[in-house]
Amino acid sequence: MSVTLYVPADTTARALGADRVADALRQAAAERGLDLTLIRNGSRGLFWLEPLVEVATPKGRVAYGPVTPEAVPALVEAGLFDGGQDHDLALGLTEDIPYLKNQQRLTFSRIGVTDPLSLDDYTGLRGFEGLKKALSLDGQGIIDEVKASGLRGRGGAAFPTAIKWQTVHDEPPGQKYIVCNADEGDSGTFADRLVMECDPYMLIEGMTIAGLAVGAPQGYIYLRSEYPLAQKIFNEALRRAYAAGYLGEDILGSGRHFDLEVRLGAGAYICGEETSLLDSLEGKRGMVRAKPPLPAIQGLFGRPTVVNNVLSLAAVPFILDQGGQAYADYGLGRSRGTLAIQLAGNVKRGGLVELAFGTTLRALMEDFGGGTRSGRPLKAVQVGGPLGAYLPESQWDSPIDYEAFAAFGGVVGHGGVVMFDDSVDMGEQARFAMEFCTVESCGKCTPCRIGSVRGVEVIDRIRAGENRDANLELLSELCDTMVDGSLCAMGGMTPFPVQSVLKHFPDDLTRSRGGAPC
Amino acid sequence: MYKHNNQSGQALSTALSPAQQAIQDEVDALKHTPGAMLPILHAIQDRFGYIPDEAVPIIAETLRHTRAEVHGIISFYHHFRTRPAGRHVVQICRAEACQAVGGRQLEQHAKNALGVDYHGTTLDRQFTLEAVYCLGNCACGPSIRVGDEIHGRVDPARFDALMDDLSATVVEVK
Repeated sequence: MSVTLYVPADTTARALGADRVADALRQAAAERGLDLTLIRNGSRGLFWLEPLVEVATPKGRVAYGPVTPEAVPALVEAGLFDGGQDHDLALGLTEDIPYLKNQQRLTFSRIGVTDPLSLDDYTGLRGFEGLKKALSLDGQGIIDEVKASGLRGRGGAAFPTAIKWQTVHDEPPGQKYIVCNADEGDSGTFADRLVMECDPYMLIEGMTIAGLAVGAPQGYIYLRSEYPLAQKIFNEALRRAYAAGYLGEDILGSGRHFDLEVRLGAGAYICGEETSLLDSLEGKRGMVRAKPPLPAIQGLFGRPTVVNNVLSLAAVPFILDQGGQAYADYGLGRSRGTLAIQLAGNVKRGGLVELAFGTTLRALMEDFGGGTRSGRPLKAVQVGGPLGAYLPESQWDSPIDYEAFAAFGGVVGHGGVVMFDDSVDMGEQARFAMEFCTVESCGKCTPCRIGSVRGVEVIDRIRAGENRDANLELLSELCDTMVDGSLCAMGGMTPFPVQSVLKHFPDDLTRSRGGAPC
Repeated sequence: MYKHNNQSGQALSTALSPAQQAIQDEVDALKHTPGAMLPILHAIQDRFGYIPDEAVPIIAETLRHTRAEVHGIISFYHHFRTRPAGRHVVQICRAEACQAVGGRQLEQHAKNALGVDYHGTTLDRQFTLEAVYCLGNCACGPSIRVGDEIHGRVDPARFDALMDDLSATVVEVK
């Protein structure tokens, strides 16, 4: 009897023991003399169910999770190899799991379905169709398609992708670059990592299309050093893509040229800011540059450069394959398409949720997330990474949309949603926002470099009950100075979480540590 | 200082120790790469486990930088270390998603259990403790990284078990 099993091999599945589960399954199959094909697929992004084991059956793939090595014997006894469902961990058909079924996966349609490194799997699910389309168009034709999609930068700044491309396209011919920002430093985010570990050819395809669009023969992916597995998987994908003629001097026999290389960061949050990323790629300290000149005009090594986030570039193959309008059909207002929301922190069912813009935070946290992992009431949620505001319950019903969030001082950012239960001390969180900035500031501008250190001091004094009113006023002014006077978003947005605590959770800030509110 | 030119103008590497030669080899292999500095620093750290002081003048001379610039670059990035680490580098995620599920308690526990603060190395040189800001495992924290392995849902008991396992493994001598 032959059996095909899937055991994910992304960072999260492995962090929860997927390798040992795979070993236990191999051993159990061997003991039964089964002809086992065990595929290490990507994760479906349903992290609370990892390691999520799937078995191919005539009706489709059925799932079990979360599977521990210790649970394997009982699962096998209950008929796992035949897709038997008589077990507590049996989840039925994978595609019917509501968390997955209720999503709108345009970008992430293949993750967890395929072996990430299999070119056959990728092309079998419309992989490289977008590239073929792009090869039939001229640069302007590609850009027009992206323009029609309404795609905006998914890194956080939400700048229209097609306008960046147009600017680089319109610069005189010569050396130009595509730079992919894979310095996914925001806590609560892992979508870039999922792309690189679970569907790497999608990013290769997206970057190649960008190169064709603007006339750039060279691309770099700036990947954070905290993602060693993504680096390993992606480099292998690059090797195979070159060997198969999807990259290099003569892409698919078209005579067009695009080279791609991964460069590793070195543990600096600020290098997620595009200009400091460029300095880092050039081999310098990752210092923020003043803009203008825009990177689209003077970017890497002084040449016109497209700097896009992983998710922006990953959206491009779908847009070229299905047409810009097909992407724009999702979403609302000026936020078109889908957003990869990442449910993280104190969440019962954490993972990746790709949905059209417009859903509410509450629906995400409750319907998808299932509330907190601790079972205690939710108190606050930080959306958009360490520079995003902490949102109180009164703001959970606003639709997720760049403009709607901006209207109340929120940040959609890279789509990270970090949930906190009622045991959180928001004063501690405000202090951490400033502390993080002291660690990660590049040091170029004073409001950020000095302001963050002062911020920690002043918050400590407030929390110690020292001259409280005067220090609260000082903190408020300090936040304004940082917002108005910093060169980039690091110093300019570090106050957002602090200000949100001042506004919505002031008691946590003024409560003496270990004592009652005074 | 490590090279001088003989009369025919050829570089002679006379005074290089084996370690310096190894560093020079790493630098030479990458020096023509655009933006070679970070790839070179990674290569040296991957080979030696840290960036030895003697690498600075070699990199500076080869890439035509000042030593001060090279030092400034190394010290800017948290990833690069200039002193050898213990046998295992243990990174504890300090970021918000992990804080929301007990990351702060884990940090304190790790410091107590290993008896060192961040950047410290245990006396037996088994462990070096480092902070990290996000490992991308944010739905299943608290997260730690040991070498290139990420571990999720690490509570104090699991941390102790992991450290015990690591202490028990025998160093492979080749």
